[in-house]
Amino acid sequence: MDQLRQNSLVRIRNLHFSHGDRVIFDGIDMDIPHGQITAIMGPSGTGKTTLLKLIAGQLVPDIGTIEVDGHDIQRLPTSQLYKLRMRMGMLFQSGALLTDLDVFDNVAFPLREHTRLNNAMIRKLVLLKLEAVGLRGARHLMPAELSGGMARRVALARAIALDPMMMMYDEPFSGQDPISMGVLVQLIRQLNRAAHISSILVSHDIHETLQIADYIYMIDGGKIISQGAPQSLQTQQDAWTDQFIQGRPDGPVAFHYAAPPLADDLLESAP
Amino acid sequence: MIRFITAVGHSTLQLLTSLGRASLLLLAMLRGLPSVLKRPRLLIDQMHSVGVLTISIVSISGLFVGMVLALQSHHILSRFGADSALGLMVAAALIRELGPVLSALLFTGRAGSALTAEIGLMKATEQLSSLEMMAVNPKYHILAPRFLASFLSVPLLAALFSSLGVLGGWLVGGVILGVDEAAFWGGMQGGIDLRNDLINGVIKSITFGFVCAWIAIYQGYDCVPTSEGVSRATTRTVVQTSMAVLGLDFILTALMFNH
Ligand SMILES: Nc1ncnc2c1ncn2[C@@H]1O[C@H](COP(=O)(O)OP(=O)(O)O)[C@@H](O)[C@H]1O
Ligand SMILES: [Mg+2]
Repeated sequence: MDQLRQNSLVRIRNLHFSHGDRVIFDGIDMDIPHGQITAIMGPSGTGKTTLLKLIAGQLVPDIGTIEVDGHDIQRLPTSQLYKLRMRMGMLFQSGALLTDLDVFDNVAFPLREHTRLNNAMIRKLVLLKLEAVGLRGARHLMPAELSGGMARRVALARAIALDPMMMMYDEPFSGQDPISMGVLVQLIRQLNRAAHISSILVSHDIHETLQIADYIYMIDGGKIISQGAPQSLQTQQDAWTDQFIQGRPDGPVAFHYAAPPLADDLLESAP
Repeated sequence: MIRFITAVGHSTLQLLTSLGRASLLLLAMLRGLPSVLKRPRLLIDQMHSVGVLTISIVSISGLFVGMVLALQSHHILSRFGADSALGLMVAAALIRELGPVLSALLFTGRAGSALTAEIGLMKATEQLSSLEMMAVNPKYHILAPRFLASFLSVPLLAALFSSLGVLGGWLVGGVILGVDEAAFWGGMQGGIDLRNDLINGVIKSITFGFVCAWIAIYQGYDCVPTSEGVSRATTRTVVQTSMAVLGLDFILTALMFNH
């Protein structure tokens, strides 16, 4: 493990972050190794998306450091940060395709912005990327005409257009039917195993995540609750992890939002 | 009392921080202008969606305002036997005040609100974030072309408004009410001063264009990224721009026309 930490791709130390008065992260240490799929799990609203934005330098930590590929993200001048971002891909929860461009132009967008390739070359690359996600035939559709799963695959093609060293997936499986879920699982694994793209997978779909992740961090309440390889987490005795993995409605994470006893509330006349 | 002072202090602070954010955004967009000029395609698309699509409403409004203006002015002027001043009256009112002010208000209603909603939705659907992740600065790529297009459109629309207003005034005054043609156009030509009227009118509409563009884009970019947040931001754009345009119009008029 120590050796892993030496050459990790992303290294987070003592991360504190708040949105206004709301503390989102309260001292987090995390290492994302090269070449693996690292999953980050936790209930909705714990700050998983926020964490990805911190890693990408879109948000700045209150305390602590985030290093990506050896660069301290906060210290990086804007131009360098943008260079680094060209090597990171992010798949947004909503897909986030540009609504005024069709599928082809969406995937071509980063190539047109950042390379001097001619149109014929760009066309070839775009078709290859679309072929990789199985949507070469959909290249003339507008984003509004795509199903949720297709939009996500197009966004994935766009995210890998510049051949990034790492990919961040923000809840890629949420709201997907079983088939497109299977397709996405396969694509994420392929990109990792075949194209050697280090991956950060944010998800709360236990089954899929346990299936493809090499290492899992569980966060809740601004802290890392537990971490480890999938097998070791499944056998873990920790009550919180157990509740989350088994999906039990009540446990350390209470079913009820904090409230006075029901009887008191019912007898009370005031609102 | 203390609560009152706290409340005043709090809202003052909020106003100041919001002004600060708006100014930073403005600076960023201005820095983005060279990159917009390098990609005229972005600007042309935006000129089309904010400018060209506003032409019809501005034209029709201009025509009707000119017609009403001629009717009302003729009513009063003819009582003093000053029919011949009708052309001058209509043109001066349009060029000095009504053209710049009303076209800015119409622009906000038609295009400014749409800009806020568009940018707000791009924020809510993470399109702006996704641009940043693709190492493309949305302030340069999305906001700056929209800013420049709005800024350029408003003065052009004001000119269109005034021209069609004069035409409407002529239709009512000259054709229907029978004011002497030579007096109508001659009085206008003799009475409208290049510096006092035309240039001042243009300065006004350039100022208003700047305000319209800045408020609409800031509100969209700064909105709370939810459907409720976007709808509130759209309302704020219309309200704030209208107040700002009318207030600025008073100040500018006081500065320009105090002989
Ligand atoms: N821009 C923002 N301003 C204030 N609070 C925010 C903002 N963005 C997110 N939050 C809050 O931060 C918390 C974490 O959000 P997020 O990272 O999206 O959670 P997750 O992705 O784990 O569901 C949420 O409770 C959310 O309400
Ligand atoms: Mg999220």
